[in-house]
Amino acid sequence: MAIEEKDLHINMGPQHPSTHGVLRVELNVDGETVVRAKPVIGYLHTGIEKTMESKLYYKAIPCTDRMDYLAPMSNNLGYCLAVEKLMDIEVPDKVKWARVCLAELTRLNSHLVWLGTHALDLGAMSMLLYAFREREMILDIYEACAGQRMMSTYIRIGGLAKELPSDFDKRVRQIIKEIPDRIDDYETLLTNNQIFINRTKNVAVISAEDAINWSLSGPMLRGSGIKHDLRKDNPYSGYENFDFEVPIGRNGDAYDRYLIRLEEMRQSLRIIEQCLDGMPEGPFRAHVPGVVLPPKEDVLHKMESMIFHFKIITEGFPAPKGAVYAGIESPKGELGFYIQGDGSNKPARVRVRPPSFINLAALPALTEGHLFSDVVCAIGSIDIVLGEVDR
Amino acid sequence: MLEMILITAVKVFMVLSAVLTACAYSTYLERKVVAHMQHRVGPLYAGPYGLLQPLADAVKLAFKEDLVPDNVERVTYALAPVASFVPAILIFAVVPFSNGFTWFGYDIPGVISDLNIGVLYIFAMTSLGVYGIVLAGWSSPSKYSMMGAIRSSAQMISYEISYGLSIIGILIIGNTLSLTEIVAQQAAESWVFFGNWYIVKQPLGFLLYITCAIAETNRAPFDLPEAESELVGGYHTEYSSMRFSMFFIAEYAYMLGVAAVGATLFLGGWNGPFLPPVIWFLIKVFLFMFLYIWLRATFPRFRYDQLMQFGWKVLFPLAIANTMGTAVWVVLSGQ
Repeated sequence: MAIEEKDLHINMGPQHPSTHGVLRVELNVDGETVVRAKPVIGYLHTGIEKTMESKLYYKAIPCTDRMDYLAPMSNNLGYCLAVEKLMDIEVPDKVKWARVCLAELTRLNSHLVWLGTHALDLGAMSMLLYAFREREMILDIYEACAGQRMMSTYIRIGGLAKELPSDFDKRVRQIIKEIPDRIDDYETLLTNNQIFINRTKNVAVISAEDAINWSLSGPMLRGSGIKHDLRKDNPYSGYENFDFEVPIGRNGDAYDRYLIRLEEMRQSLRIIEQCLDGMPEGPFRAHVPGVVLPPKEDVLHKMESMIFHFKIITEGFPAPKGAVYAGIESPKGELGFYIQGDGSNKPARVRVRPPSFINLAALPALTEGHLFSDVVCAIGSIDIVLGEVDR
Repeated sequence: MLEMILITAVKVFMVLSAVLTACAYSTYLERKVVAHMQHRVGPLYAGPYGLLQPLADAVKLAFKEDLVPDNVERVTYALAPVASFVPAILIFAVVPFSNGFTWFGYDIPGVISDLNIGVLYIFAMTSLGVYGIVLAGWSSPSKYSMMGAIRSSAQMISYEISYGLSIIGILIIGNTLSLTEIVAQQAAESWVFFGNWYIVKQPLGFLLYITCAIAETNRAPFDLPEAESELVGGYHTEYSSMRFSMFFIAEYAYMLGVAAVGATLFLGGWNGPFLPPVIWFLIKVFLFMFLYIWLRATFPRFRYDQLMQFGWKVLFPLAIANTMGTAVWVVLSGQ
């Protein structure tokens, strides 16, 4: 009797401890070797892009928080930059500096969660708790700024929601002081740990050429040795004024991406320190009557300001016809917002270029022919957030 | 005769309850220690310092619904937790926990059964543990369970050999298979109370024993069969209620068993100055357990193929070398 041989078909997810949410991966495995891996998405689809099209320009900002909920400020920034480009608004220097500072804190936040979950996937359970302890300090700053710990909606069109909190400088300096030591601690636990090296070196490898062909961005691209970082290559929000390095890897494997993200955390701290040292004085919102809210003081005392305030809140502002694209370097890669204005007070089309979604598409290339355990490592090192993948 | 049976029955009862209590409190210990290593506090609300947490867990598990999925092979499915649990408890039958004591005029040895092939017996029991896991994976209609079972059997068979070889050195030096005699050989001769412990004569054997024992009991960093980030629950994915808790207790019973055997073989068993023998024995077992937990909080998990490579290409040759070296040394020194 002939025995029929066929691959084992495993549905990894949508409920699985290490798919970082509701990702489902259809796996065909031969023993422990993955023959075919197919990411299936859509379990967290919330129609965010479409929702944004039915909202006033400024009312769409909270939608962006909910995409990559580990990096809310970056999403706010990307969207606001796009709208400001469409409306041709120039923001004051202080706003730029504060936004850079917050965006880099967000990068720290996102990378910390990534580090904790990635290490947990590989079995190093303590890292998760350590990383979340540090993240707590950053969330406290979010709370002090916006009143919200995750869905901050703090960066607004033309400025910030309100003035930075008075102890902002002190709190952030505390982070600058504490986190470098903590990163060194992580390194002692993982970087030279032979098991960790075995698990991540030469695992989930992608060559520079493939990385470009798959249109990868962020640490996924830089891990393969391509020095591409929008903060350097296409500076926005005043990044050209800051001095920082862009770390790149050589092998394009999970270990290189790990090293890159750790180094990016250190560089983020450098940028944050420069931000605090050089934070200019000035208003926290641009002065654009009819588009950006006037100062509260004026609303209470000046007729025109009150009218502007009322009009903006109730019916928003009309944006000119035309299409813009603004891309930022979010913690996970290039986050782009394409917005089409049709002259009304709502965007005609909003399209997001989500780094997680595009990086995730390379999962089959990273895992096919490798071991089952490597799938977990690959998903972890891509660093996806399903809210952003599905939108 | 009747007295002997009665004495043994009482001892069995005492050891069994001690082991089961120790299993329950090992979970408490693990949760507390890991929690403090991770800047948490661990169980706190059930009783003072959360000391009743194991009890609460047991009650909760006992009252859970016993879910049996469709398409299971019912007999093996029901048998697997038992097959995993019983050998783990049986290990303690031959482990000497004390030097013996006198009750009501009877001299009672500090071991349930002083088997003259105790070491062999222990290894037989430890090896049986894999059956529970394999049967569980086999009878559950789940792919994750099956992969867990396959991994586990491959892993345990691979590490079994090095595990056995790691203590051959002691058998060569001690020239006995009885655990009671091995403990007696490690008694202190001078004020250096650990001078005769086999960890001094067999340091490599000790390291090999620890490593293989962790792999043998499926604990981190060798916990592939239940690698939760890959296989969800591994072999016990489809188990719930008391059946699950049997697996759970079995895991801790194996850990304790391996710790007790390690303490007996390498750390002098109940030998030690000042404190009563039972206390010394418990301290040594605790040290082993702490090491287990410490490793779990620190290390990432091996990958399947790397685990096999490590077992066959690193541990196995080292164990062989240790055995050969000990044999040569014993012959040359003319002991």
